Amino acid sequence: MIDYITGNREIIWTAFQEHLYLALIPVILAIIISLPLGYIAVRYKKLYYPLVNISSILYAIPSLALFLLLPPIIGTGVLSPLNIIIALTVYSVALMVRVVADGLNSVDPAITQAATAMGYRRVKRLLRVELPIALPVMLAGLRVATVANVSIVSVGALIGVGGLGALFLRGLQLDYLAPIYVGIILSVLLAATCDIIIVFVQRRFTPWVRAGGRA
Amino acid sequence: MDYLEYLLDPEHWDLAVNGNIPSLVLEHLYYTVLTLIIASLIAIPVGLYIGHTGKFSFVAINAGNAGRSLPTLGLIILLVTVIGFGLLPVVIALVILAIPPILTSTYAGLRAINPASVDAAKGMGMRPIEILFRVEIPIALPLILSGLRSATLQVVSTATVASYVGLGGLGRLLVDGLALNQYDRVIAGAVVVALLAIILDLIASGLQRLVVSPGVSGRALTRTSNKPPSSSVEPASATAG
Repeated sequence: MIDYITGNREIIWTAFQEHLYLALIPVILAIIISLPLGYIAVRYKKLYYPLVNISSILYAIPSLALFLLLPPIIGTGVLSPLNIIIALTVYSVALMVRVVADGLNSVDPAITQAATAMGYRRVKRLLRVELPIALPVMLAGLRVATVANVSIVSVGALIGVGGLGALFLRGLQLDYLAPIYVGIILSVLLAATCDIIIVFVQRRFTPWVRAGGRA
Repeated sequence: MDYLEYLLDPEHWDLAVNGNIPSLVLEHLYYTVLTLIIASLIAIPVGLYIGHTGKFSFVAINAGNAGRSLPTLGLIILLVTVIGFGLLPVVIALVILAIPPILTSTYAGLRAINPASVDAAKGMGMRPIEILFRVEIPIALPLILSGLRSATLQVVSTATVASYVGLGGLGRLLVDGLALNQYDRVIAGAVVVALLAIILDLIASGLQRLVVSPGVSGRALTRTSNKPPSSSVEPASATAG
């Protein structure tokens, strides 16, 4: 395995970088999209169930199927990395919308009333009071979405864009275990690192959770 | 719309012909059910043991995240390269991927039970095994099913990918279509497998609502003065930790 790594450093590094951006761009897009959608689901209660149900339907679609259904729908090429990025964004948004809505719903009405009484208007109250309180729930969802993304990216290798997934196919073709091990280990390490970073962010920005003064 | 040619061609829906869409659906279902049965036989007893006794709970808590972080394609290819082509390595991979969600949610289901219910059962003179089967499992059932539901989605999706190493089922249409450059075949496979997954998910979610214990849902309390006890089995969307 050491021979394989030293001999193919370039290939491994390129695959890793591709894996990284294919997995993480969707996470960032999903945060931007799911925050307003989750808020809408809470603010207009009639929309909660439609949004959550559509989300769970989208989430059910197998990844390889979604990768291949997107080209005719959005007009991308079959082998375009955009298919992977958009598909993973769809999954992440589907997961996060519900989590954001449930997080905001979990805020004790007494707290929002107290904030209103203190003179917070809707937007400021949302940003300063409701979102911070919902943050632990939302970040727990973000962890699941991020880790799942890192793992799904390799399926993209079957349509030519899969980051570390390319190493799996190489190993299969050559009947050679080293690239397969390297791919799995790097993929799991990447997922674990992202997970740890989010946990760290959560500790840093919601110190009251650990202090025991649960909101 | 030549994308849909393959899907809409009645010839490809002929029940009698092997390799047609209906036979591929059945094959896909067969792999899914087989995997779920094996995975449940392993994960549910282990989850019940951990949840009931509280021993080794770190295993159940971390299984979910560890399982999610395993790249499915990598696991399948690893096992195929080590064991050789065939059904066995793929089923092993599918079982490995299906165990964590079932294990974690079985454990979470048992942990989420109000200790007062267990104490009450003890007070009524129930033996531990009775408490498990007549109190804990019925209350935890919706969460156990939610784990089976995620496992089902995982297996349907991964079985599709496994066609790349020769597994039958709907993935064949996707993989063969790609290899032959027949995009309408690819679309047919993608549409049917997506619908299959969605339908299975809807069935599972219906089932999940149906099995909420009458004592928890309040269905058993017909007298208007009785308020149903507040439900403590809201599905946990994410594992704690």
